[in-house]
Amino acid sequence: MLKRWLQTITLTDVVVWAIGLIIGIAVIYGTISTLRADIYSTTQWIDLIIGGFKLGGIYALIALGYTLVYGILRMINFAHSEVFMSGPFTAVFLAKFLHAKGFYNSQPVISLLLITILSVGVSMGIALMLERIAYRPLRNAPRLVPLITAIGASFFLQYTFRGLYGNDLESYPTMKVLQGKLSLGIIQIQKADLIVIIAAFIMMMLLYIVVQYTKMGKAMRSVSEDKETAALMGIDVDKIIVSTFALGGASAGIAGILYVLIFNTAHFYMGFIPGLKAFTAAVLGGIGNVPGAWLGGMILGLLESLGPNLFLTGLGVPAVSQLKDAIAFTVLVLILIFRPTGLLGERLSKAKA
Amino acid sequence: MNNLASAAWKKALNTGLVSGILAIMISLIGMVESFGDTFIINRFVSLGDILHMAPILILIYGAIKTYDQATWKLQLAYSTFSGAIAGLMLTVLVLFGSALDIREMLVNASPTLFRLLMFGIELPGGAFILILKGTLLGALAIGLFRLQPRWRNAIMQGIIWVVLIGTLRDQILLASFVQIEPLNSILRGFVFAQSGLTQFGGILLFLIVVAAYYFLGGRKKVVANNKQTPEKLRKSRLTRFGIAGIALLLLPPVLGLFFSEVLDSVGLFILMSLGLNIVVGFAGLLDLGYVGFYAIGAYTMAVFTSPEMGFFNLSFWQALPIALLFSVLAGVILGLPVLRMRGDYLAIVTLGFGEIIRLLALSDWLKPWLGGTQGIQRIAQPQIGPIAIDTLQEIYYLILLGIGLVAFVSIRLKDSKVGRAWMAIREDEDVAAAMGINPVFSKLMAFATGALFAGLSGSLLGAKLTSVYPHSFTFIVSINVLSIIIIGGMGSIPGVLIGGLVLMGLPGVLTEFEEYRWLFYGAALVMMMLTRPEGLWPETRRKLELHEAEEEVLEEDLTPAIQSGD
Repeated sequence: MLKRWLQTITLTDVVVWAIGLIIGIAVIYGTISTLRADIYSTTQWIDLIIGGFKLGGIYALIALGYTLVYGILRMINFAHSEVFMSGPFTAVFLAKFLHAKGFYNSQPVISLLLITILSVGVSMGIALMLERIAYRPLRNAPRLVPLITAIGASFFLQYTFRGLYGNDLESYPTMKVLQGKLSLGIIQIQKADLIVIIAAFIMMMLLYIVVQYTKMGKAMRSVSEDKETAALMGIDVDKIIVSTFALGGASAGIAGILYVLIFNTAHFYMGFIPGLKAFTAAVLGGIGNVPGAWLGGMILGLLESLGPNLFLTGLGVPAVSQLKDAIAFTVLVLILIFRPTGLLGERLSKAKA
Repeated sequence: MNNLASAAWKKALNTGLVSGILAIMISLIGMVESFGDTFIINRFVSLGDILHMAPILILIYGAIKTYDQATWKLQLAYSTFSGAIAGLMLTVLVLFGSALDIREMLVNASPTLFRLLMFGIELPGGAFILILKGTLLGALAIGLFRLQPRWRNAIMQGIIWVVLIGTLRDQILLASFVQIEPLNSILRGFVFAQSGLTQFGGILLFLIVVAAYYFLGGRKKVVANNKQTPEKLRKSRLTRFGIAGIALLLLPPVLGLFFSEVLDSVGLFILMSLGLNIVVGFAGLLDLGYVGFYAIGAYTMAVFTSPEMGFFNLSFWQALPIALLFSVLAGVILGLPVLRMRGDYLAIVTLGFGEIIRLLALSDWLKPWLGGTQGIQRIAQPQIGPIAIDTLQEIYYLILLGIGLVAFVSIRLKDSKVGRAWMAIREDEDVAAAMGINPVFSKLMAFATGALFAGLSGSLLGAKLTSVYPHSFTFIVSINVLSIIIIGGMGSIPGVLIGGLVLMGLPGVLTEFEEYRWLFYGAALVMMMLTRPEGLWPETRRKLELHEAEEEVLEEDLTPAIQSGD
């Protein structure tokens, strides 16, 4: 028994497990020594956890776009990070305009609504254009062809927006209503952060309901199971693919507004890193799986926020927050190596291409 | 018939709208303005003019195919209609932009841009100019379409050459060989003006190129018709290689310092592309973190030779094998776990890996070893006996040697056992495995070879710049290399060489172009995938693979015809 098991082990497995073991030991050792040294206070930890939740919500909303498209077309929509960027980068000009007119602080709710609508509209428009121009002609092409197209489209969009709106960091005017902190018991939380966390949660619930219970959502799931059968059942596959892109674009547009509520700036390059992390979140939760995107986003947000301080401080690494992106990408590499189906598994479809 | 006509009008309208949008986009992105003073023919045509008019011309020309059955008068009507629509859209942009100041958002919508679009004429008249411009472009498209192919080709080449030489006026005058009298005074006096070509020079160049292409284009066919023995073919190929080799050796002294710098960076990227070509082109593994191996090569060279770090102080030649070894090791260590993955997951994992390497090099944590944000300076430069190879021109020969070596290895590998295994895996991994090929081993070989070449390129980069910074190793480098091999032709070595020369050489020489470089690469990647996924200089085998589906369709179409023929 043991002998046969030993025979199945290859060099690959040994290397993979060695890498896993080294990282695992480093993480556990780092965590224990950080906690022992007692460097950070409870409030600091709570702040980090809140930070993790707000990032997680945004990642989850972006991840939804990756997940839905992957579920249906089996392709990584690499340009989704630019779909995410385009909305808030356009809406910043509306926000500035409203701010200059004084409307921004006198009517914050309406202003925020208008900005969100513009952001959603632009993101959705870009997503639909991508689908129509770049992806639709390539539906039956070899796997790498659409991916390369998506990478090209991503760069094209980035630098188009840079050309249109300029290379500067555009800062969102701050909303007076959202300034300041709320205290809930022992927890102190920024108003903007609270809104982001709640809004992301509500949006995820809504999108889950759309995918799970509406007619369109059912059609989407059936297309992802089997395109031909779905077409035979009278589902317009093209239309469903278009609405998938629209839904993904809309959630990216909302995620974009939530993102700028926290970070206050928009830039042509703002999409790349969050996009990659959101993809990580989608894979972490199980790509093609809506609750998975939520779970993956939250876990990644928390890991990114807590990870540097928790794992690395104890290892004696200086300036830990520099490495938060490295942690996120390590999670990406590890999850793809050890469990490419994600935590909840690929749900939208079982058949793998 | 009526239906057909209305379909044609619809197509013409669509073409006009799309080309109008494209022209507006090009204007708003800022290309018209920033190339507005890069004259091709002095004070007459600038690169900006060409850039916003060419898409209109090309799209209208492309649309003619859909109504080539119509009479020429109707064709002219459709095309000028498309052109007028495009001109009208530009007019809308100008009117809108002049009435409202939208520069807060669209930074390039400036009065200067509008003046350039209207050829310097103020508004009421300018609107007329814009529409006239579009209409004339439509007419020009028909004119070109109705020409004999041989003439058309010659004229197109003439335009391309005039644009190219006119744009590169400053750079050409910098070249060493131009400094020789009488050539210098002739060029400065008659051919080149303050900016771009003189009118006389432009017309002369155009006529020369047109004549050359017209007569040579005719002769080529005759040569091709002659049956050549393999012996003769090999001989002619050898002479061609010989001439190309001598030309390459003479380049730095002939072209001078400015071009040597460009040639060096072109060379380094070609070296990397040849490596990635093995991974992506031969084995079909999309590696987006390729820059990581480049970084490992450069950083190993830096750490082992720089006295600043003070660890080893080796010489270039001592450190080179270590750098190569480290790159290969990194390739194997990364390769082992990730090679079980499917194509697109592999791409993302390698991307993550490349970013991790950059972030680690950037961090304060590894600063004592890798220098952090400040990077590492004072890297040793190679020395052969008493001769130090330290100028850009000398490094060029080193890079050239590297490319020659790597290209030779690539060509030999392609037809070797492992090369054929790569091809088999690329086409169908499961079948390849069933045929007794070990996919993990073969893929690992591809990864390691690719990493080796990137490591070599990185070491040479270190020696060229004598310093490394983490900012030189961003994701965009990987995309750059990927663009070279995809546009050149995946798996095709001449494709990679030409692709590298064009994609790195043009922006290197034309520095104003730098800002739009990624825009062009992105657009080129999408266009290539949509229209010619095998690349511009494809490898035959790859071309067959990518067009397999089309051939099947073709066969299906043919079968009933054959049967009915029986």
